[in-house]
Parts: sequence; structure tokens; C-alpha cells
Amino acid sequence: MENLIALLVAAPLVGAALLLCGGKRLDRTGHWIGTLLAVASFAVAVVLFVDMLGKGAEHRALHQHLFSWIPVGGFRADLAFQLDQLSMTFVLLITGVGSLIHIYSIGYMEHDERRRRFFGYLNLFLAAMLLLVLADNYLLLYVGWEGVGLASYLLIGFWQHKPSAATAAKKAFLVNRVGDMGLSIAIMLMFTTFGTFAFGPVLTATGGASEGKLTAIGLMLLLAACGKSAQVPLQSWLGDAMEGPTPVSALIHAATMVTAGVYLITRSGAIFNAAPDAQTAVVAVGAVTLLFGAIVGCAKDDIKKALAGSTMSQIGYMVLAAGLGPIGYAFAIMHLVTHGFFKAGLFLGAGSVMHGMNEEVDMRRYGGLRTYMPVTFVTFGLGYLAIIGFPGLSGFFSKDKIIEAAFARGGTEGWILGGAALLGAAITAFYMTRVMLMTFFGEKRWDPKEVHPHESPKVMTIPMIVLAVGSVFAGGLFSAGDSFVRWLEPVTSFAHGHSPVSAGAVTAATMVVLVIGVGIAWLMYGRKAIPATAPRGSLLTRAARRDLLQDDFNHVVLVRGGAHLTRTLVYLDHSLVDGAVNGTAASMGGLSSRLRKLQTGFVRSYAVQMLGGAAVLVAATLLMRGV
Amino acid sequence: MSFPLLTATAAVPAIGAIATAAVPAAKRTAAKWLALLFSLATLALAVLIAVRFDPGAKESFQLTESHAWIRDFGVRYDLGVDGIAVALIALTAVLIPFVILAGWHDADPLEGAEPNRRWRPTQGFFALILAVEAMVVLSFEATDVFLFYIFFEAMLIPMYFLIGGFGDRAGGRGEQQAAAQRSYAAVKFLLYNLVGGLIMLAAVIGLYAATADQLGAGTFSLTQIVEARASGALTLGTGTERLLFLGFFFAFAVKAPLWPLHTWLPNAMGEATSPVAVLITAVVDKVGTFAMLRFCLQLFPEASSWATPVILVLALISIVYGALLAVGQRDIKRLIAYASISHFGFIILGIFAMTSQGQGGATLYMVNHGISTAALMLVAGFLISRRGSRLIADFGGVQKVAPILAGTFLIGGLATLSLPGLAPFVSEFLVLVGTFSRYPVIGIIATVGIVLAALYVLVLYQRTMTGPVKAEVSKMPDLKARELVVVAPLIALLLFLGVYPKPLTDIVNPAVQHTLTVVDKTDPKPSVKVDAVPGSGRHGQTAQTQDVEAAK
Repeated sequence: MENLIALLVAAPLVGAALLLCGGKRLDRTGHWIGTLLAVASFAVAVVLFVDMLGKGAEHRALHQHLFSWIPVGGFRADLAFQLDQLSMTFVLLITGVGSLIHIYSIGYMEHDERRRRFFGYLNLFLAAMLLLVLADNYLLLYVGWEGVGLASYLLIGFWQHKPSAATAAKKAFLVNRVGDMGLSIAIMLMFTTFGTFAFGPVLTATGGASEGKLTAIGLMLLLAACGKSAQVPLQSWLGDAMEGPTPVSALIHAATMVTAGVYLITRSGAIFNAAPDAQTAVVAVGAVTLLFGAIVGCAKDDIKKALAGSTMSQIGYMVLAAGLGPIGYAFAIMHLVTHGFFKAGLFLGAGSVMHGMNEEVDMRRYGGLRTYMPVTFVTFGLGYLAIIGFPGLSGFFSKDKIIEAAFARGGTEGWILGGAALLGAAITAFYMTRVMLMTFFGEKRWDPKEVHPHESPKVMTIPMIVLAVGSVFAGGLFSAGDSFVRWLEPVTSFAHGHSPVSAGAVTAATMVVLVIGVGIAWLMYGRKAIPATAPRGSLLTRAARRDLLQDDFNHVVLVRGGAHLTRTLVYLDHSLVDGAVNGTAASMGGLSSRLRKLQTGFVRSYAVQMLGGAAVLVAATLLMRGV
Repeated sequence: MSFPLLTATAAVPAIGAIATAAVPAAKRTAAKWLALLFSLATLALAVLIAVRFDPGAKESFQLTESHAWIRDFGVRYDLGVDGIAVALIALTAVLIPFVILAGWHDADPLEGAEPNRRWRPTQGFFALILAVEAMVVLSFEATDVFLFYIFFEAMLIPMYFLIGGFGDRAGGRGEQQAAAQRSYAAVKFLLYNLVGGLIMLAAVIGLYAATADQLGAGTFSLTQIVEARASGALTLGTGTERLLFLGFFFAFAVKAPLWPLHTWLPNAMGEATSPVAVLITAVVDKVGTFAMLRFCLQLFPEASSWATPVILVLALISIVYGALLAVGQRDIKRLIAYASISHFGFIILGIFAMTSQGQGGATLYMVNHGISTAALMLVAGFLISRRGSRLIADFGGVQKVAPILAGTFLIGGLATLSLPGLAPFVSEFLVLVGTFSRYPVIGIIATVGIVLAALYVLVLYQRTMTGPVKAEVSKMPDLKARELVVVAPLIALLLFLGVYPKPLTDIVNPAVQHTLTVVDKTDPKPSVKVDAVPGSGRHGQTAQTQDVEAAK
């Protein structure tokens, strides 16, 4: 069975190679090849999953060792896979949602002349993402980690004739590289501490390491997670990443890649469990980001950017849960999976709306679309209900558990985190209702002469329907008999939190804030007409539109400061370093005058002088030695 | 006596150089094919070296050849290779055919130029390339210090003519001005390296004097000197050893090049044609870092340790400084040159970290940097020759008109920024981890280099390849068959060595261990003892659960 693991990665990898090197002759079949291989990978995943269910909980992990990758001295990195319950969860999510989005893209990218390449990149992404979650050591994980970064770069910048897309792609890669520095340093720290960076040995040996070392490793891993998962302070790239085609936003920038940070923290649970300070940093990042993203999501008029803010915020919830330790890991992953369903569905819905609206993204130019796109409306609506935590739908179960766990952290911290999570839930309800109302309700704010909204073809709506079904039922299914927690427990371990607030009270509070959020949004956007141009807004609104000024800060400090620095250095390199070396040489032996002579052609005289100089030096040395 | 394989590997390109130069003026194409043929024959011999070389053998040098040469001064024609040399000879032999192919039309006479029966630039160009190859191979093989010195210096002559005599088509600049800049670059290259060589010569002679003094008969033999030093038969005073070390190191640091001795490189690489630029940075400069490993460390172990802190700081400056300057460049070739300076910083950092990961990584880095820079620089050359300009601002939107060219350029760039999965990642990470394990702070600062590398590569790609198509590039043809033949194998190598570097590490590891033994350094030990059960994930989880339970 374990020999099938490599096949999971190999199928989409072969697809990427075929589509990217195959040339024009694959233009007509390329998208089918890509989709087929994605589905093949999903099929293998299902086979492995069924096999895994047939085994006892403690004996489910599989290993596949391919070959020794980098052996140098005590440094040993292997190309080896590990498939346990945590990886399995991800593999199913990645290949499942991935396959659906491949199918959707057949329709969405139908008129793009570079569709073959698009599917090549999508397959490349699947391969890298699967490598990330299947690696059995941190260095191999790193390969997947940067591999998904590359795929993300290529896909954000897919329409690279648009300067904005090219810039956004570059920004995403660069910000992620800052995070990657953290992962590099974490691996180096593991190597010097444990002499290895394979999951098994490192995670069993944490007891022997000092808390300081483990805290350092934990903080570096957190830095990496911040980059990949767009958490404060490395969140600035995600909004711009919406420049990519919408299926990309759904798959990479909502359902899978951006959640890799949560995977990393959960996978490294043993390290964080033994480093409370690092955990505090994780929960702080999670709590800040869940509010940050939610606030940004409230102010955006671009439907994709509003959803991007939401993604950031929801991942904030997951990071927060992961930072809580064994009381939160399972819930972080559970929310990750349900979020994968409803957020991918929401993005595909947004794509469907854009498809029908001549690629318009400004929600102020939507309105009243529910009758024109009934399937999109219903599926998007179900995703909406799921994300705001409507009772009985997926988000209700997974988010509720995280809020409860946040209170269970205990003490003042518990109240702060729980409060933040509750506040986030209220804002979520607000901004999602806003999106819903602006898009599907109210009066038409588009010109019927220019725009002809229509429902998308089946190849696009069917994936949306499947995801909507997941958004509705996944949460309940996972919660029934705590099945999801028990499934993950052997890997992530689980502890019951002791919340100062009863579970019933938390649920009640969540319901109250939900109603408040929806209510305010209805008062602001449902009852009143929406102006076609955005009103000036309060100071906070204006800041939120500009991503809470993060980009302005980056621009002034990093971009402009960096430009000054490099320009100064270029000048100094020429005038100072070059000049100093040349000058020293000149003062020592009149080199500059020789330089001039040489340039006018006195090569021979120079050679003679050189030989003479050499002879003198030789003589001097010999004399000094007294030989 | 067995077949002198090492001599042959150098003799073939040397003979090739002469043969190519002798081809009559009218038969330019024949000269090109002849040069290519000889470079391929050299490659075959280099492969033979790699096959015959036994990584497990005890001797530090294999396939040795030894003949007396200048008896009065103890100069011998001693050749031998260790794993590091095998890897670098292979690199050289692999790259030269691509350099020749990529430069196929670089030395063609200008269209409309008067035919000149005596002036044969094309023949000269390819002959000089082969001559450089011969000298470089010999410097990797020589185990006699004086013999090494001769080839180390002699390769400057053909390089000088290659830089000064051949350049890109002038484009916007006048032909006159282009020639002046070229000759300035060539002279600067020559002077910097000659001065370095001269100082080294003094040190070489000083070393000889010491051996003559203490061993009875003077010798330049690396093995003999290392043995004599280890046994105590040859002792150098602390001051003398340090002076001699500095003499050697200076020459190698100019060649490598190390900050602040780097300024000749951007000039030389900017003015030379792209294949020659590859020759400089991917092949010739490697002799400098190679010689640090072979000569500086082995001849002067104590002085090497003494100088380590300063060298590490200089290497660190090179890494950050080179990358920052690359970001600020407006000229594609100079940008790649500064990127190389940053990469050489990594190599030197790895060498002087004195760990097996550091030095093993540095050796791999030399090979991988050679391949990745060749890929990037040669594609850049194809790009530049199409537009007649080296300025980044003159390009834009190339991706749309020449997708294959853009794609290969991107892969070359991704290799340059050490993307995992491609070969340079392996070496860069090894260097970082090897440095970090002994000098954590330096290791952490060096990782800043990975962010800066992403910056200069992606900015370069964005400005040249993406965005709206500029009018001047709208007719640009995509890569031709010959150009694809150059680029595709290099990319394949980058992928292969990124996924399966073991053939290389197997050859290199023993040589690195030997060097570390000579300098008397051992790798730092991890602070926590771990049961070596590779790939036993389940144990991890069980213990994790137990931890949590215990905590309750």
C-alpha cells in the first residue's frame, strides 16, 4: 500500500511536465490531461484512505522511502514520504478540491489561449502541495513549501501582460521568501540541536532540548507560517494575489496553500507544546490576524479582495486554534477542511459571477443577480451561511469549537482570545452579509445594455454544487460522535479544554453576535440603496481599504528605502571600493599610469616591467629568508 | 606505466586549440566544428576520470602522474585528483561544449566587413576558449605548487584576449566606445589577477625557501609538504605561516572574487560576450575557490584558522553586498555578475566554516553555480543579441513573443535564487547549515541572501519578460534549435542534481573529510542525543501524546 504514496505526487507531476514541455500539439487536449491526472491522484488518495480506515488507530501511518537525497557527513536528508491521518486529511482535501477546480477551470479558462499552460501550472501546484504534506522531514517539506510558492507565483502572474499581475506575483514570492528564511533557520536549528530534521526523531526528542532552543525553533516556524498563510505581519501579499485567475484564488489562495502554515504548526505540535512562549506568539498572531483580515474584508468593494480578507481572517482562527496546543489542533484542522469547502465554493461563485458580468469585480456594479444566476446564488448562499456559522452548517461546528477552545486557554488570555474570536465572528457575519447583499440583492447597478448576466455552464456549476454540499454537511459529519477529533488524535493528540464559560453559553453568544453582525449589515446595505461610487467613509474605513496602511508602510520603508540603499551602494561601489583598490594599487606601484599605457598598447613594456617586479620580489623574499 | 589520463584530459583541448587556430581563414565553420569536437573529446575523458576515480580509496590523490621537471628547484610535473578536483574537471568539461555552441556566431566577422585573409578572429576565439580549458583543467590537476602557479597565471593570457578582443555588437554605443570599454575591462581583469599572482609567487618562493631550509631539498610538492608539516619535519613560524597564507589567499580572493577585490568582475562580465562571461565566472573563477580548499587550507592549517573570522566577515559582506548591488543594476550582464559575487561569498563562507556540510556544500556550490549561471547567462546572451542592448529597460513583454526563451530564462533565474528542487538549493542549504552549526549569527545573516536573491532575479524577470510588449521586441524570434541544444541539457542537469545529488556528494565527501582532517577540525555535535530511527513518524506521535498526558 505504501508504494502508492509516491503515485499521489507523481501523477500531477507528470501532468505538469507533459503540459509545460509538450508544446502546441497538446493545446486541444491539455486541459483534459491535467484534469484526468488530478482526478487520478484523488482516486489513489481514496484507495489509501479506505485502506487506512481498515486499520487500528495507532497503526495507520505509512512510510515510503525512495532514496537518500542529500547525505553529507552527519547531515542526512531522505526523499521519503509519511502518510498518517493528518497528511491523509490534507491529501483528500487537496486532491478533492483540486480536482473540482480543475473541472471548473475547463469552463472558466475556455477562451484563454494559454489554457494548456494554466493546467500545467495547476498540476505543478498539486504535486508541490502534496509533497509538502507527505514529506517525512522538514527539508523535503521545504521543497514542497517553495514549490507551492513557485506555482502560486506563476499563477498569480498568469496574465503577466498586466503589470499589476506581474507585480503581485513578485510581491507574493518575495514576502513568502521572508517567511522561508524562518523555515531555513528552523531547520538549521533542528540540525544543530538534534542532528536531524526528520519528523519522527525530532518530535520524539523534544524532551531533551532546552526550552530556549525549542522556543527559537517554534518562533522561526511561526515566521514561516506567517508568510505562507498570510498572517500579520506578512499578510500583505494575499490581497494582491487576487490578480490571478479566480480558480487559482479558490484553490491556492483559499482552500489549500495558504493553510500550509496551519499544517506546519500542527505537524510541529511537539515542539510548540514544549515551548509555551512560542505558543503565546502563535495565538497572538492568530487573534490579531483574524480581526485584521475581517476589518479589511468589510471595506473592500472588489468581491475577490473582500473574500481574501475573509480568508486571512479564517486562517487567523486556525492559527489561533493551533497555538492553543492539544486542545486546539484538531479543531484547527477541522476548520481548515470546512473552510476549504465553503471558501473554495465562495470563490468559484465569485468567479461565476464575474464570468457572467464581463469580468467585473466591483460589487458596487453588481446587484440583484439572484434571478439571473440561480445556481450561483444558491451555492454561494450556502457557502455564505456556512462561513458565518449558521446553525447546522459546517462553519457553525468548526468555528464554535475554536471559540470555545480560545476561552479554555484560561486566565485573562483566555478572555482576550475568546473575546477576539467572538468579535471576529460578528465582523464575519457583517462583511459576508454585505457581500451577499451587494451582489445578489438590491437593485441592479449595471447597465443592461452592456452587461448580460447569465448562469455559467455545467462544467462550472457542478463543482460549485459539490462544494456547497460539503459546506452544508461536512461540519455536522465531522462533529457527530467527535469523529474528526478521534481520527486525528493519534497524530495531534487531544486534550479537553476547561472553559470558564460553558459550551452552551459560547454557542449562545456566537448566535447573538451573528445576529448583530447580519443585522447591522442589513441596516447598512439591505435597507438603503448602495451608491455606485464608494462614499468617503470614516478614517477606519479608508485605512481598511488600504489594507490598514500595511502597503504604505512597506512602500515607504522597504521599497523606497531599499531603492535609496541600492542606489547609494552602486555609486559607492564605483567610486569608493573600486577607486580605493585601484588607488591602493596605484600608490604602490604606479599601476594607474601603467593602466593607461597598456590601453594605448604598450603591452610588451608592461610585461617587462612585470617580470622585473617579480624578480625584485623574489630576490627580496630569498634574502629575507637568508637562503 | 598506465595511460596518463590526466595529462590527456588537458592535452586534448590544448591540441584542439592549436588545430583550431591553424584552420584557414575561409573555413570558419570547419574551425567551429573542430573546436566543438575537441571539447566533446575532452568531456569524454573527463567522464572517464570520474568513472576511474574510486571515492572509497585511501590515497588522497588518485590517477597520479609524477615526473621530475626542473630538478634544481625541485619542481615536478605532479598531477593527481581528489574528489573535489574530479567534480570541477567534470564541470569544466561539461560547460565548454555549451560555451562553444552558444558562442557559435559571436566571433563571425561583421556583415559587410572586408574579407581579410590573415585575420582569423573566429578561429582565434574558439582556440582561445580551448586554451583556457586546458589551463583550467591542469590547475585542477596539479599537485605541485609551482606547477599550479604556472597554469593559474597562464590562463590569464587567453582570457585577456577573449575579454578584450570580442564583445557584444555595439548597439547604441559607438563601435569605438565599445572597444575602449572592452579593453579597459580586459586590462583591469589582467592587472587585478596579475597583482594577485605576483604576491602569490612571492609566497610560493617563500614556501620553497622554508622547505629547502628544513627538509634538506626544497620541494613544491603538496603531498610532501602536508606530510612534513603533519610529522613535524617542517615547522613554520607563526608569523611566516600567516604571511605565506595571506600571499596565497590574496591571489585566490582576487580570482574568486571576494569583496572588496571584486570590482573587476562586473566590468569583465559586462563587456565580454556571454559565453566568455560564463567562462570567467563559471569556470575560471572556480580555480580561486578550489585553490583555497586545496592549497590555503592544506598547506597552512593554523593560519587558515587564524584568518577565518576576517574571511567569514568578508564572505558575508560579499553575499549581502553583491546581492544589493545586483538589485541596483540596470545592465543584465552586470546584474548577473554581482549575483555571482554574492554566490562566491557563499562558497567562501562554506569553505571557511570548516564543517563537512560547509565544505561539501561549497564544492557542490562551485559545480551548481557553474551550471546555473551558465544557463542564465547564456539565455541572457541570446536575449541581448536579439535586441542589441544589455539594458534591462530596453526590454519588456518578451514572454508574449518568445515564451520558450522567457521560460528558460525564468528557470535559470530560479536556479540562481536557489529554488528547492533545483541543484543550487542543495549546495546553498548545505553551506548555510554548515556555517550555522559553527557560527549561528553569521549563518542567520547569510540567509538574508535568499531573500535578496529572489528580489534581483524576479525584478529582472518582471522588467524584461512581463508587462506590455515593447515595440522593439515585438518581432523577437523564439529560441532556435542550436540555442535549445545549449539550454535544455543545462536545465536537465539542474533538475537532476537538485533531485539526486548523491553521485556528486559521494565523490566529494571523502575529499572534504580529508581536508578537514588536515586542518584538524571536526563537526560540532548536536546538543540532544537522538535515537537514529529514520522515518519513524509514529514514535513521534506516541511520545507527543504521552507528553501531553504527563503534563496534565
